[in-house]
Amino acid sequence: MYGGGQVFESSSVNNELLKDEDPIKLAEFEARIARGEKIEPSDWMPKLYRKQLIRMIEQHGHSEIIGALPEGTWITRAPGFKRKLALMAKVQDEVGHAQLLYGAAETLGKSREQMIEDLISGKSKYSNIFNYPTFTWADSCFISWLVDAGAIVNQLANARGSYGPYCRALDRICAEESFHLKYGHHCVIHLATGTPKQRKMMQEAVDRWWAPMMHFFGPSDKISTHTEILTKWKVKMATNDECRQQFLDMYVPKIWELGLTIPDDKLKKNDETGEWEFTEPDWEEFKRVINGDGPLNKERLAVRRTAEERGAWVRRALAKNSEDQEYTAPLA
Amino acid sequence: MTEEALKELLYKIADDQLILGHRNSEWTGVGPLLEEDIAFSSMAQDKVGHSLAFYNLLHELGEQEPDIVAFTRNADQFHNSQFVELPIGDYSFSLVRHFLYDHAELIRFNMLAECPIDEIADVAKKLKGEIKYHVMHANTWMKQLGKATEESHNKMQSALNEALPYALGMFETSEFENDLIEAGIYAGEAAIELKWKDNITMVLEESGLSLPSWNTIKPVYGGRKGKHTDHLQPLLDEMTEVFKEDPTADW
Repeated sequence: MYGGGQVFESSSVNNELLKDEDPIKLAEFEARIARGEKIEPSDWMPKLYRKQLIRMIEQHGHSEIIGALPEGTWITRAPGFKRKLALMAKVQDEVGHAQLLYGAAETLGKSREQMIEDLISGKSKYSNIFNYPTFTWADSCFISWLVDAGAIVNQLANARGSYGPYCRALDRICAEESFHLKYGHHCVIHLATGTPKQRKMMQEAVDRWWAPMMHFFGPSDKISTHTEILTKWKVKMATNDECRQQFLDMYVPKIWELGLTIPDDKLKKNDETGEWEFTEPDWEEFKRVINGDGPLNKERLAVRRTAEERGAWVRRALAKNSEDQEYTAPLA
Repeated sequence: MTEEALKELLYKIADDQLILGHRNSEWTGVGPLLEEDIAFSSMAQDKVGHSLAFYNLLHELGEQEPDIVAFTRNADQFHNSQFVELPIGDYSFSLVRHFLYDHAELIRFNMLAECPIDEIADVAKKLKGEIKYHVMHANTWMKQLGKATEESHNKMQSALNEALPYALGMFETSEFENDLIEAGIYAGEAAIELKWKDNITMVLEESGLSLPSWNTIKPVYGGRKGKHTDHLQPLLDEMTEVFKEDPTADW
């Protein structure tokens, strides 16, 4: 589950990386992308393209594995067999997505170990929304339905991008996420139309999660880093605002249909522009959380770090067993 | 053979699977590597799914709905062995438990597949194909980690030593044992235990792990009769936390 809001390099760093590129190769590369061809791992690519893709795919992979934590804690509490089995399979999918994405990023030259190390040290980011706590069962249902829905909006756009391994990973991921969405929607319908206690639980989850959900797509285009070249290279396929608008258009009516209230008085669709209007999200809070000061940043990374440390002996043993074997690049 | 005897057998199978599946699902998101995270989740789903199949058989025999049976009983009403309720501990312990448990489960299911009661035989035939993969997974990892490094060998050996008394507790006999054997339902716990010892010994030898002499290991019994460690009730409290908020609600 990943919703954009990627951290990209500033344009001065971009220019620095670009200035040494061979202009003929660069022109050929851009022409291929313009024709809709996919770039494959062994093809020539600008250093900046490689760097930004690694960053984006890695952030996506991290979001999957950290995203497994807030929902994962509800596997052991899911009410009844049907929910328990479905949630187990859902969270397992998310871990599987991390595996796919790390594989795609590895084709660009960064190892999974290095990526996980950068995650744990706080050097690389993951989706902000997973720094918020899931207090109740309804919170986990909100994530399964709406955070996954938001992720699909972003991922479907990126699946039309230019880097072959990432696109293929996203195709598989989106197919699985569409089941998550159905599961999550089913859970939310049951709560929102259930007993008074269940309805209250669901409304409180919507109240808690709406602000992080609006943050999920990243800062408004008005204030986010300009990424023209990444758009031209089909690394970034839709702007943050475009994704957010698409999400609101698809899901606000469905949320209202269930009798739930969205905690934003200004939220409405402008019939003339066709755009949704809403209270500007608190981008200072977004920055604060992405820079490590959210409700659960420290805990999420601590859990990941502990898991890595506790499992290190297993990886050391496997490394010993494979000493004589040649490295095989992941299939992507 | 009485229906009570049959129910007791089905309950202990279902409860073992539910509790072990629940425990193994605790690895989701925190496994030693992504591939094992995914594998443990997959097997946990199978186990919980298998328990549901057995609670459904019990429901056909007049017991309550699977959700009610699984999500409303207290620890002393569970028939699982104490082995499966122990916390996941280090990965070495979870892996060894998975190895010891699934070898026994496969033998049990091979027997039940020949059971004269069609409903039970059908379920056993269907599920044993999945258990075969669980056993293959366990064997692969026992062999990989048993002798890779001194560190991994020591961890696996001490996990094995810790697990064995509890593992023998899986074969605690019930008061209906002879009725079930006479009715040809299965060959009984002692027969499973005997075959299990043979099967695991072979894999442990290949894994470079040593098995203490069986007569020095004192089995931990009690689970089948509702006597449990202090770990089971908190597990159940967690599992039923949401469900019990309103057991009549549709979740």
